[in-house]
Amino acid sequence: MAPQAYTCPAVSTTASHAKAYLPRHAALVRVTHWITLFCFLALLISGLEIVISHPRFYWGEVGNVNTRPLFTIPIPSSRGTVPTGYGFVMPDANGWSRYLHFQTAWALVLTGLIYVIAGMGSGHFRKNLIPEPHDRTWRAYWRRIAQYLRGAPPDTAEDHSYNVLQRTAYLVVIFVLFPLVIWTGLALSPAFDSAVPAAVNLLGGRQSARTLHFFASGALLLFLIVHITMVALSGFKSRLRAMISGRVPAHEEHP
Amino acid sequence: MKPISRRTLITTGVAAAAGASGLAVADRMARRYGLIPPDCHGIYGPGETLTYAAQRVLTTHSLAREFPRSMISKAPFANPTAPPTDGFKRLQAGGFSDWRLVVDGMVARPLSLSLADLRSLPVSTQITEVACEEGWSYVAEWIGNPLAHVLKEAGPLPQVRYMVYSSFDPEWWDSIDMADALHPQTLLTWGMNDGELPVSFGGPLRMRVPRQLGYKSVKYVVRLTATDSMKGFGKGLGSASPEGGYAWYAGI
Repeated sequence: MAPQAYTCPAVSTTASHAKAYLPRHAALVRVTHWITLFCFLALLISGLEIVISHPRFYWGEVGNVNTRPLFTIPIPSSRGTVPTGYGFVMPDANGWSRYLHFQTAWALVLTGLIYVIAGMGSGHFRKNLIPEPHDRTWRAYWRRIAQYLRGAPPDTAEDHSYNVLQRTAYLVVIFVLFPLVIWTGLALSPAFDSAVPAAVNLLGGRQSARTLHFFASGALLLFLIVHITMVALSGFKSRLRAMISGRVPAHEEHP
Repeated sequence: MKPISRRTLITTGVAAAAGASGLAVADRMARRYGLIPPDCHGIYGPGETLTYAAQRVLTTHSLAREFPRSMISKAPFANPTAPPTDGFKRLQAGGFSDWRLVVDGMVARPLSLSLADLRSLPVSTQITEVACEEGWSYVAEWIGNPLAHVLKEAGPLPQVRYMVYSSFDPEWWDSIDMADALHPQTLLTWGMNDGELPVSFGGPLRMRVPRQLGYKSVKYVVRLTATDSMKGFGKGLGSASPEGGYAWYAGI
């Protein structure tokens, strides 16, 4: 790499535009972000379709309409064999839902692997997501929570860097929730379980794995809702533009 | 937009050529080693092919989980799919003594086996879980003949790649590759939980494929056909399932 890359400030100005821009998100982060969103939405819709064929959840190895459920989602089912209390059966959409679920699961897992491996190589996690040393205290977390609760606008620093709560939330999603949803999903594959029985046994059985898969997906959906809400509150257009173009104006005014 | 430099152009070209030839080689290897499922076409083909190929590399010989007797489900659930045809009812009234399993296709010795014939072949039992694609499951003991033993009697020809199995209702048929057909837990089942296999659970004979979801365990099996290609069987997608929108390979 040319030495001036280090000395030159990361601000690009052009003669025709007086406005200066600062880099915000690397191309790999932006591309994997949008692929992940697309895959997650497809997985969510197809997953809900599959749940409709048996909206009962169990704990342990086995569970069916002859056993007591852990809980039941009070919706009609796409199967007449499930006692839902509704007098009608929804259309069966499991065929395409399952094909779509597994195809997008592959896309999401491969995208996630590229993101994690590249992120470790580039220092993305160290620089952008692991809380900064001065933020690694309960006080720092509490101060940020209090700021959110007061409804105070975000610091201008947040145009260029994540705060400690954002960093923690993203790390939990990347390194806890996604691995959990992938693990519990793989545990539902009878062929995978034949090769790696611990995948399902450690979770307490097939039905426990299914229930945990449902809760992990729910946690990811909750994150998505909070994430979109926070993006909207802190300036939807500018945040969206940053995740698409990868840069933010050097001196952004808050709306 | 920056002008594209010669270096970028050459690098991209080399990478694209390498990628294309890499894909072509991967495709040839995958076909040669049987990693392409019959329902590999259409928009969901890539996902199905990845799943099937990964499972064939990972799980060709692995055994489905078996459970202790104490875990046998007290009240197993059977999807109501009994064939209410007169032909089946006549066989049932005669205690299935006139019932036969036909083994044909690419075999050296086509067979026609009665239930008594099957019971005289090597018997195997397994306590395995039936997992329906809908989400529910139960554990039962299954008693029958490993498909591999029945196939040995018939002598499949070396080029056989799939075993097609058909239900009493000819609309309901499926197939498995030889990795599953010769797998020790793939069982032609005529007994369940120390008794005869009830009709509601697929009696007199059900195919058990415990490393795949329940819908591959076809009930009322009356015919096994050895073949080297799925062309000519239905729409050539491997089973009736893909014709109804469900994946051929159900090991996930």
